Amino acid sequence: MSEPALLTTPLAALHHELGARMVPFAGYSMPVQYPAGLMAEHLHTRAHAGLFDVSHMGQLMVRGAGAAAALETLMPVDVQGLAVGRQRYGLLLNDAGGIIDDLMFFRQEENAFFIIVNGACKVGDIAHIRERIAARCNIETMPDHGLLALQGPEAVAALEPLVPGVARLVFMSGAHFTWQGTPLFITRSGYTGEDGFEISVPGNKAEALARALLAQPQVQPIGLGARNSLRLEAGLCLYGNDIDATTTPPEAALNWAIQKARRTGGERAGGFPGAEKILAQITNPALLERKRVGLVALERVPVREHTGLYGENGEKVGVVTSGLLAPTLDKPIALGYLPPALAAVGTRVNAMVRGKPVPMEVAATPFLPPNYHRG
Amino acid sequence: MTIHFSKDHEWVDASNAAAAIVGITTHAQDALGDVVFVDLPEVGKTYAAGDVAGVVESVKAASDVYMPVSGEIVEVNEALRANPSLANSDPMGAGWFFKLKLSDASELGGLMNEAAYTDFTKA
Repeated sequence: MSEPALLTTPLAALHHELGARMVPFAGYSMPVQYPAGLMAEHLHTRAHAGLFDVSHMGQLMVRGAGAAAALETLMPVDVQGLAVGRQRYGLLLNDAGGIIDDLMFFRQEENAFFIIVNGACKVGDIAHIRERIAARCNIETMPDHGLLALQGPEAVAALEPLVPGVARLVFMSGAHFTWQGTPLFITRSGYTGEDGFEISVPGNKAEALARALLAQPQVQPIGLGARNSLRLEAGLCLYGNDIDATTTPPEAALNWAIQKARRTGGERAGGFPGAEKILAQITNPALLERKRVGLVALERVPVREHTGLYGENGEKVGVVTSGLLAPTLDKPIALGYLPPALAAVGTRVNAMVRGKPVPMEVAATPFLPPNYHRG
Repeated sequence: MTIHFSKDHEWVDASNAAAAIVGITTHAQDALGDVVFVDLPEVGKTYAAGDVAGVVESVKAASDVYMPVSGEIVEVNEALRANPSLANSDPMGAGWFFKLKLSDASELGGLMNEAAYTDFTKA
């Protein structure tokens, strides 16, 4: 059976010109690395600024008088309390409290939210959102828009000369800007643990903007391979690996994403899918059978996703969901799930790698201190 | 010196049949990306052609290293274990993986020469 044809982003020709190695990802042909290679791309982003094409991600607008209240029926987060001009991390939940997707939402106006969802989930997410709240809101997808991420400590120095004013943004804020007559929507956020920006741009101007950014001395193109190693060092979940439809937010150690207003005793407690189960798990963590943790290997052996974790008597206690040799830290790190009794920082378990035990220790995440610009 | 190549992207330099040198090809290291870890076989162990004798890992992925021909491991490259990036910087030289005593030198006839291997990687 032939594979369905891959979609392309507005930067396909540029990736080819830059010598990218393209791979299928989320139904798109995407650059996994450029000639510099994953390691150099990763370290460049941590030291300077990296440009990522993330146009495969889903962008949508949700508008309407009841948009904030409607979004609160889908997610356990405080949407109504978010100030205009600010962004927040959100979780779409199924009725069992499992995570359908994780996303970023931005309040552009009192009744207008800009939402970015994962590329691999976007078709299902949009169908789900429409099914649940289309009667109360106007939901508009933005397939004609590209999305660029510019990440790293020098991202602001690279972007400010092109788009004056972005330096005034702080982490998790954003605004409309204009670049050479093209409207941009820019937030100061990302998926690397670094300062940086995500730029929504009309698809027909995305390549010109990417070229202008790459012409800045701080900026190199970065592929999905380094995007993954950067986010893992930052302790950020990858949907499909570290969280999925069977994982609840408390299991995924994402209670921080459930603000007080939506918790038991809060002014708008519950009212989201799976609320009873999730709020009980927050109130009584003893209900949890597993919890997401960070792990560091004590030998220099990479421990990858699906690797089993074993206790001191050889009994299987958990599993690794993401893992690699962290380029900045130069040691193997991972995310995985363990019973709460084994989830405390410093607890030792063994990962079985090719039949050999590799000792790992539960570690705090993020693995690297984040470098966000909080103003 | 003749170098033989396998479909699994290993090379063998069998100039010395008692200590034939095996590594991964330039093409293989390029496909893998930055090598960060190698798992090498035990000296003294005997493997058949096609057996998994080691592992090479980049940040992104892990790949098995197969025995291109049968034989007994007589030496492993400890310098590569300590500095896996040798597999990228000098895959056909200092980045060798192990040396083996060939069980049956005629197995080399089943491998490719450089020209055939180059065609194979382009196919």
